[in-house]
Amino acid sequence: MHIKNQQDFWSGLMFIALGVGFALFSTSYDMGTPARMGPGYFPFWLGVVLALLGGIVTINSLRGEEGEDHHIGKFDFDILALIIGSIVVFGVMLDNLGLYISLVILVIFSSLASHEFSLKIAIGNAIFLVIFTWLAFVRGLGLIFPLWPVPIAEWPTYAMIIIPVSIIIGVIILISKLKGSK
Amino acid sequence: MMELFEHLSLGFSVAFTLENLSYAFLGCLLGTLIGVLPGIGPVPTIAMLLPLTYVLPPTAGLIMLAGIYYGSQYGGSTTAILVALPGETSAVVTVLDGHQMAKNGRAGAALSIAALGSFFAGCFATILLAAFAPPLAEVAFKFGPAEYFSLMCLGLIGAVVLASGSLPKAVCMIILGLLLGMVGTDVNSGVARFDFGIPELQDGIDFAVVAMGVFGLAEIMNNLAQKENRVDITDKLGSLYPNKQEFKEAAPAVLRGTMLGSALGILPGGGAVLSSFASYTLEKKISKNPERFGKGHPAGLAGPESANNAAAQTSFIPLLTLGIPGNAVMALMVGAMTIHNIQPGPQVMSSHPELFWGLIVSMWIGNLMLVVLNLPLVGLWVKLLKVPYRVLFPAILLFCTIGVYSLNYNAFDIYVMGIFGIIGYIWTKLKCEGAPLLLGLVLGPMMEENFRRALLLSRGDFLTFVERPLSLTLLLMALGLVILVALPSIRKKREATFVEED
Repeated sequence: MHIKNQQDFWSGLMFIALGVGFALFSTSYDMGTPARMGPGYFPFWLGVVLALLGGIVTINSLRGEEGEDHHIGKFDFDILALIIGSIVVFGVMLDNLGLYISLVILVIFSSLASHEFSLKIAIGNAIFLVIFTWLAFVRGLGLIFPLWPVPIAEWPTYAMIIIPVSIIIGVIILISKLKGSK
Repeated sequence: MMELFEHLSLGFSVAFTLENLSYAFLGCLLGTLIGVLPGIGPVPTIAMLLPLTYVLPPTAGLIMLAGIYYGSQYGGSTTAILVALPGETSAVVTVLDGHQMAKNGRAGAALSIAALGSFFAGCFATILLAAFAPPLAEVAFKFGPAEYFSLMCLGLIGAVVLASGSLPKAVCMIILGLLLGMVGTDVNSGVARFDFGIPELQDGIDFAVVAMGVFGLAEIMNNLAQKENRVDITDKLGSLYPNKQEFKEAAPAVLRGTMLGSALGILPGGGAVLSSFASYTLEKKISKNPERFGKGHPAGLAGPESANNAAAQTSFIPLLTLGIPGNAVMALMVGAMTIHNIQPGPQVMSSHPELFWGLIVSMWIGNLMLVVLNLPLVGLWVKLLKVPYRVLFPAILLFCTIGVYSLNYNAFDIYVMGIFGIIGYIWTKLKCEGAPLLLGLVLGPMMEENFRRALLLSRGDFLTFVERPLSLTLLLMALGLVILVALPSIRKKREATFVEED
């Protein structure tokens, strides 16, 4: 047996797993009868159909022609970690450090994901965006954000761990990037 | 006919208030701006700006969103002409002849042709929308839950048949979307489903969060993985006025493109992409000198540009009359309406006539604004193109997170967006499309509701879906579409189209 289409093969497996997962999960809710459906009925059958279709996708991936563009592209874990990481950390920081500081950190750390990182531009960009955010979102639209830091004593425990650790990691990446570019 | 005028005058009275005019203008401006910026398409744009419109009154919010939609379409074609960078898929065809014209020193003329062609198409399609919406809504009033369920099946199938690569995978994505739509409290029993004990999940997953993760974040990560490629921008625009010959060649193509686009736009999933491809093929086929296509033939630019704008406009017809979104952008519009407590569907026209007609008229005004905006401001847009991506993407990230946070003022939504960003990134590697998922997510609760109600009414008899003639017709149409795609000859053609698109 030879996989002809890597993309479809793994997508198929993913659909099967998700379908089975949702269907099994649904059985913990009341199924009811067709005339009086419980909360589990519709998702259960959707899950079953998803798993079946996923099976078709998987089987189809074993046939047909092998093509260059059917391979799964390379995952860029650095970019993934930097982008998702800086967003998640922003979420944690927002409630504790306030909008302005969190924003600057988000912009600088996420900028590290670019192939052409420049600290000067990142800082300039961050300053511009602080002003823009203040003008457009805080003054203009009147969105209610926590703007300024909360005393550290009032932080929840997870924030006390996540924020310093992530800042240290970010600074290490920043320094290594700066050294690497010289 | 009289009624049509009455409706339109109501629409004008709504759209011509200072407030709504300025929101239409703001929408067009923002849309064009973001459409011009490379690497961000209309879906993430609208998702990103959607939360900001929640603070507006419903009519103003929808007018602004519509403005963003066609604004970004316009902006996309500007970049396609000037730098051969299509801002979105429907502008891919624009590159072929539009950019060639720019290379031949006729950039200004190409921009004018695109803008005027789009404007004409927009006017025509708006009138079509105003004329056809009421009778279609009439039909929709005869629909019971069984018909609605079948209609949604047709809508979802149609959307993927016409607009995506692999059919089985797209259907899987729809079902996955429907399942994600089940997350949260079940309306009938009050049971919280798939919430994993997390209180925030009991309200369901917001589609804007999913859209920003799957489209916005995943797109950013994919763009970053490629090294930034420098583009040379045509600084010399040349005259903005097309010469006589260009005008002569473009005018009939605009007409044909408008007709074709209007018709295809109504089909679910048809929308802008399909119509611009279809129009290009048509123009090339009927042209006396097809060898000039791809070398800067005005018809090859004017046809597709008019077609995609007409389609963008008429794709509002199924949304406004039946409440069924035909593409991902329309799915976002459904979400925006639901947030304002407006159930999309035929009743919108009678229960919120000011919103309905105001929106339609503002589309026309928006189109006019775009012509006024785009031509004189071209120089500014060209400058914007020079903004490097490394400056742009942190800003996009920031706006996404701020937008998501402002939905509920809860950082939890930011984490969910991050998770969908990772999932979306994996999906792009597996070539699983996000648009069908979004449609499923938006329609999920509605579909389950109607499915349940239909079976409640029929006392659990599944045959109700095929015994009611209207419902049967809709289901047969859906089945017909699937069979049509499975036919070998059409399959080949379809595959060829999508290969070209990549």
